[in-house]
Amino acid sequence: MDAKNTIFCKSGGCSAKIGPEVLHKVLENLPRKKDEHLLVGFDHSDDAAVYQLTNELAIVQTLDFFPPMVEDPYLFGQIAAANALSDIYAMGGEVKTALNIVCYPEKMDINELGRILEGGNDKVTEAGGILVGGHSIHDQDIKYGLSVTGTIHPEHILKNTGCQIGDKLILTKPLGVGIVTTASRFGEASKEALDMAILSMTTLNKYAAEVIKKYRVTSCTDITGFGFLSHLMEMLEDDRTAVIESDQIPYIKESYDYALEFFLTGAAQRNRNYLEHKILFECTDFAMEELLFDPQTSGGLLFSIKSEDAILALNDLKKLNLPCNIVGEITGATDVKIRVH
Amino acid sequence: MEKQIDARGLQCPFPVIEAKKALKEIDTGIIRILVDNEIAVQNLTKMAMQKQFEVSSEKVGDDFLVSIFAVSTVQESLTYDNFFEKSQQIPKLSKGLEELFETKTKKTIIVISSDQFGNGDEKLGKILMKGFLYAVSKQEKLPEVIIFYHQGAKLTTNDSDSIQDLKEMEAEGVEILTCGTCLDYYGLTEKLAVGSITNMYDIVEHLMSDVKIIRP
Repeated sequence: MDAKNTIFCKSGGCSAKIGPEVLHKVLENLPRKKDEHLLVGFDHSDDAAVYQLTNELAIVQTLDFFPPMVEDPYLFGQIAAANALSDIYAMGGEVKTALNIVCYPEKMDINELGRILEGGNDKVTEAGGILVGGHSIHDQDIKYGLSVTGTIHPEHILKNTGCQIGDKLILTKPLGVGIVTTASRFGEASKEALDMAILSMTTLNKYAAEVIKKYRVTSCTDITGFGFLSHLMEMLEDDRTAVIESDQIPYIKESYDYALEFFLTGAAQRNRNYLEHKILFECTDFAMEELLFDPQTSGGLLFSIKSEDAILALNDLKKLNLPCNIVGEITGATDVKIRVH
Repeated sequence: MEKQIDARGLQCPFPVIEAKKALKEIDTGIIRILVDNEIAVQNLTKMAMQKQFEVSSEKVGDDFLVSIFAVSTVQESLTYDNFFEKSQQIPKLSKGLEELFETKTKKTIIVISSDQFGNGDEKLGKILMKGFLYAVSKQEKLPEVIIFYHQGAKLTTNDSDSIQDLKEMEAEGVEILTCGTCLDYYGLTEKLAVGSITNMYDIVEHLMSDVKIIRP
């Protein structure tokens, strides 16, 4: 255990998230107020809330913050912001304003915080939004993120439900960033692997979101702390099920080997505990299973698309220079929700 | 060869990575890892199973002790079952952990030789015994075994006021043993209502093993 690595990074990024099982239990019991203007609340575990203001205008709101998963404060700021902004894109919205959320130890170098905020600000600007304020408190550990507000036309909301049988599933970023950043904390990740993870995490989902607006996309979400399979599960309403082709999953090459070296987070295991009984792994590939449960920080978009549009959309997405692919298909009622070939 | 790791307070994957390091260092032996959360137990179990090692875990107070039995490929015949027979000495725990496990893992056996608690008035003695068994059944840490002999054997039969408490404990995994000779002597064999019958060999074995014995 390298002491240096444990100061800045304790339980990196989205792997610090409270598990889905625990969260559902708590949320279940909250009284819900009815408001017809609330178009998307937390009923369906969607990415962001959407509240209608006029016939043509709704606001999209989201909030995300977490502890560092990389050592460089500027990169961490960028990643945390890209991750927070992502929820707006997963709903099909446009970023307008953002507020900083900061927890920072009193004893630490304040210049490092400056670098974190700089990274966040750069990403908000790249997103076409503006940073308008924030709230900072002293805390034992560093945490950073954003509360983001965007806009959307009420009729063009991209929910995480609504996929149709026969639709293809496309993932726009490689899996494995959780495993790679974990291996990196032990000094066991190669430079190439970490560079790829950082490139993926700092890339805004804005560009992928712009591409998919051109096609007949039926539902969309972004992959974050609950991992690929949990976010896919949230898309599968009623009798919808999915078949995933494990050999088509884009992932950071080295993350496969790191999974075999057990650089696996507690969050990945929590994701597994939550879901495993609903999933049939037809392949016996331990590392692939771990990649599919791996919590992603600032992961890609996962969307369902009319089968005929899938190849065209994929070719467009490939121009964004991140590993992406058609990873499976929506199917009808079967005894398991997700089958992994 | 045995190694102990105190991985309490460490988040995954630290416990797993530490165990992996230890596994590399020893060729054949046991790795015992003390962790403070179930997710770490699951991740350690997953790792051991992937490496095709025997693995077991137990709750130790608020913590968990995971034991991984590493078997080198050269000595394939060595398994969990015959590990202790083959190794010349029973693996010793390090001093610090030893004390910890002593207090937390030592088996507790309650031995009851009378249907009364203490000496004196018979009625009071019976009331107190009923209260005692009830209180035992409500403990967070239950004893592993309760042995009943001589007049104590009456407590595990139909006529006993404590049957419900004993059944509850049995359901929680407590082994309830009653001396067969004693039941026979008092003509109660047919009336045994909880647990199983034991003999003097079993009783001696239990009492002579490294356990904490409680005699009310």
